[in-house]
Amino acid sequence: MTLVDLALAGLGLAFAMGLLRVALGPTVADRAVATDLCLFSVIGAVTLTVLRTDAAQFEDVVLVATMLGFLATIALGALIGKGGE
Amino acid sequence: MSDVVGNAFIVLGVLLIVIAGVAVLRLPDVLARANAAAKASGLGLASIFLGAAIHIGTTDAYVKLGLAIVIQFVSAPVAGHVLGRAAYRSSPEETSATLTHDDLAGELPPRGTPPASGTAHR
Repeated sequence: MTLVDLALAGLGLAFAMGLLRVALGPTVADRAVATDLCLFSVIGAVTLTVLRTDAAQFEDVVLVATMLGFLATIALGALIGKGGE
Repeated sequence: MSDVVGNAFIVLGVLLIVIAGVAVLRLPDVLARANAAAKASGLGLASIFLGAAIHIGTTDAYVKLGLAIVIQFVSAPVAGHVLGRAAYRSSPEETSATLTHDDLAGELPPRGTPPASGTAHR
């Protein structure tokens, strides 16, 4: 299962780059995009955790997190688009 | 055989998400970053889901992760569009680096003015 470890490391790298953009980001929208990417890498890591630990319960976590991530992004977009920066 | 296919999908997905991370870090303005993140992470995450489902191999995994793939494919473009539009509306001057043709120039009120009552643009 060394490939799963490598994949988790890659997702961690993507998460770190997203966090760096959250810290740097000149606008709020930049930070929203970067947190979106961070959430995606976390969902990917949870999916790989199913392979690593054989815990099938995490499949439900993946499904719910995907839907909640979309709702959170839409809410953030509505909030930012109103001009409150 | 199925292990090789699953591994290939997982590697493809992780590579796409890492590329999206580099893009979010290095592209010049917020529209380019939102575009790259939406495209790459939408397909990348779906690819990881497919690879994991092939690896696990149970019907439960195929149903749940397949549903997650469908949701991801439907929601990722919408989320990217919403974020790009929100970025344009909140700070148009920050989106000028890559924006060569501005379709929304006459459509939206300039920043700071409250939206006129009764308009559909919010």
